[in-house]
Amino acid sequence: MTLDDILAGLFPTGSKIETTGAIIAGQAVLPDGRPIHVLGITQGQPLGVDEAILLAGHVIEIVKSGDRAPILFLVDSASQRMSKRDELLGLSEYLSHLAKTLLLAEAEGHRTVGLLYGGSAAGAFIATALATGTLVALPGAHPAVMDLPSMGRVTKLPIDVLKAKAEATPVFAPGLDNMTQTGGIHAIWDADAPLAPRLAAVMQRPKGQDDRDRLGAKRGGRRKAAEIADRVVALAATSYQGAQHG
Amino acid sequence: MTAVTANTVSLSWYEASARQRIDALVDAGSFTEFIGPELREMSPHLAIFDLPEQFDDGVVIGRGRLDGAPVLIAAQEGRFMGGAFGEVHGAKLTGLLRAARAQHQDVLILFDTGGVRLQEANAGELAIAEIMRAVVEARRDGLSVVGLIGGRAGCYGGGSLIGGTCSRLIVSEQGRISVSGPEVIETNRGIEEFDSRDRALVWRTMGGKHRFLIGGADMFVDDEALAFRKAAIDALKVGRRCDVTVLEAEQTRLERRLQRFGEAEDAVEIWQALGVDNPTDVPALPTSAFLRAADNRENADDAR
Repeated sequence: MTLDDILAGLFPTGSKIETTGAIIAGQAVLPDGRPIHVLGITQGQPLGVDEAILLAGHVIEIVKSGDRAPILFLVDSASQRMSKRDELLGLSEYLSHLAKTLLLAEAEGHRTVGLLYGGSAAGAFIATALATGTLVALPGAHPAVMDLPSMGRVTKLPIDVLKAKAEATPVFAPGLDNMTQTGGIHAIWDADAPLAPRLAAVMQRPKGQDDRDRLGAKRGGRRKAAEIADRVVALAATSYQGAQHG
Repeated sequence: MTAVTANTVSLSWYEASARQRIDALVDAGSFTEFIGPELREMSPHLAIFDLPEQFDDGVVIGRGRLDGAPVLIAAQEGRFMGGAFGEVHGAKLTGLLRAARAQHQDVLILFDTGGVRLQEANAGELAIAEIMRAVVEARRDGLSVVGLIGGRAGCYGGGSLIGGTCSRLIVSEQGRISVSGPEVIETNRGIEEFDSRDRALVWRTMGGKHRFLIGGADMFVDDEALAFRKAAIDALKVGRRCDVTVLEAEQTRLERRLQRFGEAEDAVEIWQALGVDNPTDVPALPTSAFLRAADNRENADDAR
């Protein structure tokens, strides 16, 4: 589906959304009449310092407006921009800053929903889609940490061997199903069903704690993470009580 | 009441192991580990790749005291898989950050990482996202999360993104902070873009001095455990909020950086623009002289 198809499907009553370069920004109206902010990165472009600061600026303006309207963040990107200039200027701060603004928006009462409809990878994925409160995806989306050929170079394993290993576990290989099984993606939408009701249903989902590790355990893609994290929380509580009496 | 005693033995932060760093950082004898190596909570995924596991999966977490105050601590071991984030490694950190909120205690993260562990890339990537969210939630509860960067593996990839969520960053000259590593840039963009074997280029583009000068780190210290300890004690006393005021200030700060330095071809040009005398001498300056030369640096006070 093209971005235009997706926007038309999500907002049949109309939207005012502009794409400038790789950046999507605008507003739309939900079927129930409520406004929703729409942001995103498109055309499979990399996320560098210039794009990240623009997107973060939009999020901050939304939070400052105090309207508490939800934010839909559309993602079809490459990875972070790999360049000397971006790193020289401190890319990590720009990506973190964007992620923090999205986390801030959710905490300040704006529901944040990520919609992965194309690619995304590595730092760009963390700073956008994975920083939203609920991440959903359309079939055909293709998240990755690193593509298999690059992974082959780093791990010094032939691509055939990597492919065979990827059959056995969802934990390392790129792809939508693997990212869903490990809990990173809340749901994959059916492309043939109308999109607007699906979005409305996600908006109904109560705002809650980070449950991605629990999802990963339930789906069998990340069996240990939730249990380990819970155990650390429990141990910290025990040792704190011990220290008080010690 | 127990007297606060620091370890006074000289120790290179860069050379030290994760456990040595913790022992040298906190008040002597105050550290208690959570899920220690005796429990053998290892990566369930490395065996698929016929790679050796480590009993603590390359990260040591627990609680201790810093100048008498209780803190939660995590130290990555850069000598195991480059300190990379796998499922267990990441979950230990996520749990520690969640515990910080529950116990209302500040956190120190001793970064030493190349980023996500590729053999368990999806789990590592999600752990980064979970840790970042937990850091922001802890800060919104008024807690400090301080990052210490000066290890062998630097602070790369997803580690650098977590670093960017911390309330303060302490860095030594050896502490490199970058999303894409030198080899990754060279592989993807060619040697003309970045020559990963040019060590001087790596240090001045990603190293601690440059990061301190542009406001990417808040405190610059010698490669000494005691210097990190003193800085950590000071770092816990200041700025910790993560609200719209702080992020708006960060927005302004990062926009300003692009305006001031966005056209620079090399770090030396940026240092010159910052008004550093003899900018080409920066890499050679000892700490005290460097701190004097860094007088007009950009800072991130209340804007991180």
